[in-house]
Amino acid sequence: MKRIPLIAGLALAIAGASLAADKLLINGAGATFPYPIYSKWFSEYNKLHPNVQINYQSIGSGGGIKQITERTVDFGATDAPMTAEELAKAPGILHIPTVMGAVVAVYNLPGVDSLRFSPETLAGIFLGKITKWNDPAIAKDNAKAKLPDAAITVVHRSDGSGTTSVFTDYLSKVSPEWKTGPGQGKSVNWPAGLGGKGNEGVTGTVKQTEGAIGYVEIAYGKQNKLPMAELKNHDGHWVKATLESVSAAAAKAEIPDDYRVSITDAPGNDAYPISGFTWLLVYKEQTDPAKGDALVHFLWWALHDGQKDAPALDYGPLPAPLVKKVEGTLKSITVQGKPVLAARK
Amino acid sequence: MTALCAAAVLVALVPLVSLLWLVVSKGGAGLSLDFFGSVPAPAGEAGGGVGNGIAGTLYIVGIACLIGVPLGVGAGVYLAEKSDTPLGDAIRFTAEVLSGVPSIVVGIVAYGLVVLPMRRFSALAGGVGLAVLMVPTLARSTEELVRLVPRALLEGSLALGVPEWRTSLRVVLRTALGGIMTAILLSVARAAGETAPLLFTSLNNQYWNWSADQPTAALTVQIYNYAVSPYQDWHDKAWSAALVLLLLVGSLSLAGRLLSRRRFR
Amino acid sequence: MQPASNIATAERAPERLPNAAPARVNVPDRAWAVALTVLGAGVLVVAAIIIAELWHTGGTSLTRTGAVAFVTRSVWDPTRDIYGALPFVYGTLVTSAVALLLAVPVSIGLAIFLTEMAPGAARSIISFPIALLAGIPSVVYGLWGLFVLVPLLRNPIEPTLAKALAFLPLFQGPPIGLGYLAAGVILAVMILPTITSISIEVLQTVPGPLREAALALGATRWEAIRIAVLPYARAGIVGAVMLGLGRALGETMAVTMVIGNSPTIRASLFAPGYSLPAVIANEFAEASGALHTGALAALGLLLFVVTVLLNIAARLLVRMSRRGPARVAA
Repeated sequence: MKRIPLIAGLALAIAGASLAADKLLINGAGATFPYPIYSKWFSEYNKLHPNVQINYQSIGSGGGIKQITERTVDFGATDAPMTAEELAKAPGILHIPTVMGAVVAVYNLPGVDSLRFSPETLAGIFLGKITKWNDPAIAKDNAKAKLPDAAITVVHRSDGSGTTSVFTDYLSKVSPEWKTGPGQGKSVNWPAGLGGKGNEGVTGTVKQTEGAIGYVEIAYGKQNKLPMAELKNHDGHWVKATLESVSAAAAKAEIPDDYRVSITDAPGNDAYPISGFTWLLVYKEQTDPAKGDALVHFLWWALHDGQKDAPALDYGPLPAPLVKKVEGTLKSITVQGKPVLAARK
Repeated sequence: MTALCAAAVLVALVPLVSLLWLVVSKGGAGLSLDFFGSVPAPAGEAGGGVGNGIAGTLYIVGIACLIGVPLGVGAGVYLAEKSDTPLGDAIRFTAEVLSGVPSIVVGIVAYGLVVLPMRRFSALAGGVGLAVLMVPTLARSTEELVRLVPRALLEGSLALGVPEWRTSLRVVLRTALGGIMTAILLSVARAAGETAPLLFTSLNNQYWNWSADQPTAALTVQIYNYAVSPYQDWHDKAWSAALVLLLLVGSLSLAGRLLSRRRFR
Repeated sequence: MQPASNIATAERAPERLPNAAPARVNVPDRAWAVALTVLGAGVLVVAAIIIAELWHTGGTSLTRTGAVAFVTRSVWDPTRDIYGALPFVYGTLVTSAVALLLAVPVSIGLAIFLTEMAPGAARSIISFPIALLAGIPSVVYGLWGLFVLVPLLRNPIEPTLAKALAFLPLFQGPPIGLGYLAAGVILAVMILPTITSISIEVLQTVPGPLREAALALGATRWEAIRIAVLPYARAGIVGAVMLGLGRALGETMAVTMVIGNSPTIRASLFAPGYSLPAVIANEFAEASGALHTGALAALGLLLFVVTVLLNIAARLLVRMSRRGPARVAA
């Protein structure tokens, strides 16, 4: 009996605390691909604007698209542009490109520090056709490497992933067998291997499993000191994933007005073949004035000041002409009919 | 044969000892004031802690109690006092059956019921999910505890003219209170250790949060995220967070058992 | 002459004094009764809501192509919107089977040891760690599994099994550590306390005289256990095992951290697989499209139905054995 006032008091205190908070919490969810740089950005931005807290959960691009469509979050994030079907369910959604990244093939093979994979070989491995590290197809491109007679353990994503979308987009372009088989998408029917959750999960599994190979965003490979394979690009040159080769991939791309574009297997001598943009998904018409205002100002900051953080984390900053174009899009975002950035230049 | 059975004891104890040893040794190394007091650091950066996860777990479980305890204990009292009706049998059967529902299924239900209509992930949704898990066991435990109250006490009170409702509350419940508190503490301990229903109800949060309608961090979800990540620093944090979780769950269970022992002295 | 029984049990109308005050409705009592009934019925409401919500989201997946077709289809392809439950049903069954194979002998041995052989002090000392095991959260088991069990399986356990039993398809394929075997072992550790504690309860209901009679007839301690105790407790122990199985079927976190998350069906225990709870945990937050979400909810419904049926059967068995079987020996 005596506990009832206690419980009631606790409930009131909780309610009071939520009313008293003057911090603005913005919730977002989505891709794990850009998580290293997004978490840095949100932390930096919070230091500049302490009352704006941006809570980002990296649950995969599929999750980002679903949650923003259902409006259970304030913004989504994806490396897989929304399909026409998905766009139809989220009228008024905008794709805002933030950075460029590379998907690399990481592997765990003690004693072998550098490997090259031709497009056919890579497809063959992930199709489950090439099952041993000392397979002739791999040996052909790696004459100097000491390849062990060990089984290849393929690691893919177990969640709906933009990284998968970029990777399978590339495989579909270079391998007809892949295109008609698993195909391109955020989740495909993988013929072989085990699944890790998020870029984090795949990296973790590859790191701990000898003989494993997986595909992750370059930041994850670098941060965990995993060897990353060289790939043969569209023009037949062997390239490593670097800032320059990723930027080269976007150099000749024609970017449409809604920014949904694929830059895999791009032409160009130095282009890295598995590059991609990553986007933040926001609605053109923001319903919450405070959140909409804060969100658009953050996006402006990310588009300009935030780009400085990209190279250190191995993401490619957006090319200058693209930045100009995105500025225009940001200016079109409205809250209750009025553009948020009307006061700015 | 005796030797085999004794061997069974050892086999059963090996994983337990291994687990506890690792949690204490690996986890203990990472404990610091900072660990308890701060929020997670950005990916790849050192430092940070699980302060918001501890707070979040307590918060979400608190909400679950507000919903689940009255429902569960009330249903238990109903079952004990009005047990021979067909309705009573149906309720008892349902409570038994519900206690075996997998927690992930409860998560799906809470998502459809709370997250979608509210259009956000929230501590409330997480609390609802955990409450659904707490209710069946609380109902059954309360029923058994109330039945244990000697009939003489009940009848004596009624004979003295105390109305039925007051007898129920002040005589029967008060006598069974120790046991009921134990049952509550044990279900709280269980709820605090749940992860699956929180994955898509309360989601997670990088910051402190005291609003019931916002995503909230939970210790269990943080352990999961840290464990499947590739960063060694986060793996160490997972062990430390696991230690904190075990201490939390353990002290709740211990408190529950001590309480029941004191009452019967 | 009227039979005595008729006089004694003849119905008598309740007597009422002519001037008695009319019976008054006691409001607080009624309110209390109503409140209790509402709370009690709340349990039924909760169950109804669970079933309704699962059917609402997942029902169409089952009726679209038929429930049997859904359960037996082995392809899970979100890109092409083809959903079949078989890989997850298979994974759940395989890991649970491994768990039972490992846990049941140990649990029953433990229960027999504690009730029949150990002195009272040892019983309370050892039941404490068993209670501890029961209270450890699933995600902590997963943590231990990922960083202790999986490396151990990778080297030396799986290679040893592969060498010794190479002829069995169960132990072929690369030993990566993650997979059905890892999940099965973790589940075994997790269901051990459940099976043990209920078996202990069941064994304690065996009447002493039964055991003593066997001993008096010259049986050794073990023969007495085998002839007198176990047959009596058999139904209850089966019930305990079923409850353990029920827990294994529904385990999510520990399994998803070590099973490898691959929606395939493979014969080898070393291969990565998937289970019903694990796929829901991994894909639900991001399943866009009604078909994908519906298929996951249908998996949840399947899991719900199976665990409920198992639970009912298990508790019936345990209750039956508490009241004593109709006949004692087999």
